Amino acid sequence: MKSLADLQAIREKMQRQMDLRDADGDQIRVVVGMATCGIAAGARPVLTAFLEEIEKRDLKNITVAQTGCIGVCRLEPIVEVYVPGQEKVTYVKMSPDKVPAVVSEHLVNGRVVTDYTIGAAE
Amino acid sequence: MSLIRSHILVCTGTGCSSSQSPKIIAEFEKQLAAQGMDREAKVVRTGCFGLCALGPIVTIYPEGACYTHVSVEDVEEIVSEHIVKGRIVKRLLNRGGEGEGPATSLTETRFYKHQQRIALRNCGVIDPENIDEYIGADGYSALGRILTERIPPQQVIDTVKASGLRGRGGAGFPTGMKWQFTHDAVSPDGIKYVCCNADEGDPGAFMDRSVLEGDPHAILEAMTIAGYAVGAHQGYIYVRAEYPIAVKRLETAIRQAKEYGLLGENIFESGFDFDLELRLGAGAFVCGEETALMRSIEGHRGEPKTRPPFPANKGLFDRPTLLNNVETYANITWIFNHGPEAFAAIGTEKSKGTKVFALGGKITNTGLVEIPMGTTLRTVVEEIGGGVPGGKKFKAAQTGGPSGGCIPASLIDTPIDYESLGAIGSMMGSGGLIVMDEDNCMVDIAKFFLEFIVDESCGKCSPCRIGTKRLLELLTKITEGNGEPEDLDTIEELCNHIKQSALCGLGQTAPNPVLSTLRHFRDEYEAHVYEKRCPAGVCKALIQYLVDPSKCKGCTRCARGCPTGAISGAVRAPHIINQSKCIKCGACMDHCRFDAIYKQ
Repeated sequence: MKSLADLQAIREKMQRQMDLRDADGDQIRVVVGMATCGIAAGARPVLTAFLEEIEKRDLKNITVAQTGCIGVCRLEPIVEVYVPGQEKVTYVKMSPDKVPAVVSEHLVNGRVVTDYTIGAAE
Repeated sequence: MSLIRSHILVCTGTGCSSSQSPKIIAEFEKQLAAQGMDREAKVVRTGCFGLCALGPIVTIYPEGACYTHVSVEDVEEIVSEHIVKGRIVKRLLNRGGEGEGPATSLTETRFYKHQQRIALRNCGVIDPENIDEYIGADGYSALGRILTERIPPQQVIDTVKASGLRGRGGAGFPTGMKWQFTHDAVSPDGIKYVCCNADEGDPGAFMDRSVLEGDPHAILEAMTIAGYAVGAHQGYIYVRAEYPIAVKRLETAIRQAKEYGLLGENIFESGFDFDLELRLGAGAFVCGEETALMRSIEGHRGEPKTRPPFPANKGLFDRPTLLNNVETYANITWIFNHGPEAFAAIGTEKSKGTKVFALGGKITNTGLVEIPMGTTLRTVVEEIGGGVPGGKKFKAAQTGGPSGGCIPASLIDTPIDYESLGAIGSMMGSGGLIVMDEDNCMVDIAKFFLEFIVDESCGKCSPCRIGTKRLLELLTKITEGNGEPEDLDTIEELCNHIKQSALCGLGQTAPNPVLSTLRHFRDEYEAHVYEKRCPAGVCKALIQYLVDPSKCKGCTRCARGCPTGAISGAVRAPHIINQSKCIKCGACMDHCRFDAIYKQ
């Protein structure tokens, strides 16, 4: 290590991983329904797609978690997005190919992808 | 590699390690692989979370769920429920917390609410064996800034002075002044040294061990900064060999820092060289005394020297030497990263910042706590510590180990800072805080600490070698029921002589446990001497175990449990204890189901 820049590079790389441990931080939470119904409908590839997309875009302050049955099993896989200070958004009938749009539009630019939300499905 | 979405933090401090945390880690890794989660979740080995009474502790992020008393058998369920399905395993949450519902996160508990973590900021948060994690937590940035911006050493020292930091080893000498003296001292050949006192020896104290185990790089970075400030290029960490995990993590940390060029020659291309070595102590208590510690590093027998000259002028190998305690160093980088004003804003007028305490004895939440200076003893015992278990009454707290004293229940609202504790005859000490309840005899406690001192006295000066021995004999005489009224005066007089004439801090402070118990619990001493009675029922020579004939059913359980056959009596008739055979072990009392045996 020769310079502050070298140190800075390691710090940024590590901070992105360690952000996760800031339990009461102001992070965006992506929660995937992973009860039996969700898993049967293909929730796992959706979750993996989120992880890959977030990694690819080098996004910070986002955690991906799972939860149990959200209750509308017929619309699984369901993904809920919690942005601090805003009402949660529920995406339904998700698939891995819909994930990049949600990540780039909603998580990055703050625009809800209304085509995929529960309101559109109803 | 896709992003890891969940971190499983497992405590690998000494406490949790001895209750199987290494096996728990292995099981987590096995289960994660078996359930196909090893690319999404990873296990992180951390230092102490502080709540040692509830260990082994596992914390899972991003939820921050804190599982306590985790066993190897619980791991499969945690992985299949929490990691795979996202359902928190409620039955494992903070089970030991008294009077509060299960708290999901550690920060929600009463144990954490009053704490403020500076010295322990990374303990239980980062992997102490991974330098990258320390760097991710702003590690080495203070050192990097100081060296690359070429901040003058005097300015570095002024920052430490402005913070108001005082020595955390117990005496409370202003740290900035110590740095200044070492900086100003002239060395005949230009060589100076920086040392770290990690020879933690007080019974019941484990603050320094936890810092070394949980955040070793913080000590390395602070010592390098200190070396730059005072003009030293070589440092030594004197750590006890009884701390194998701390020693191993320090060795790993030093190796990693050298690989990254954060120790060694030309750090950050600034032209500044600094190297660190470990020295292992063999466990002599006196080696925590600064001059004895340096003698030991030099390879001699650990014996103190007269001061002056002070180590700042003539210390290790007769060169100017800076010696600070582990916890003192643990505060340094925080001060540089957050500014000395932020540090000085915490605490009281003369005691700034926080202090780490190892809570032990008769307390529910045995563990490690860090509180702002000025917090009252009541908050520590009743709120953070969760009170005395078993509904017993709080009697006293002992701080400062064999050099400190007891704080009686009547002074429980004393703020914890250097001056307040000194004023009531105790001391801050390095941070051991032992809680005592109504079942503790204060004369016996004083005797316990004195026995420790007699064992650990190096024997170099007669006040300590002979004086403490005579003092112990007097106390033993009292606890055996042979005390005479004039013994109390003799004890007081002898204590004052030892205090004034002993060579080093060990001897000068050795009478403190006796003096403070005599001051606050004189009635207990007098009960032993005049009435030949031990109010707490501890001193064996002064108590008798007796059978209450009205309660005894003659079940013979006590007689069968008595190791010396001292109990006799026919079946279904009240039993009798033969006092000449009784060794007062109390086994009969434990065996009796009818509460018929009592102590007098």
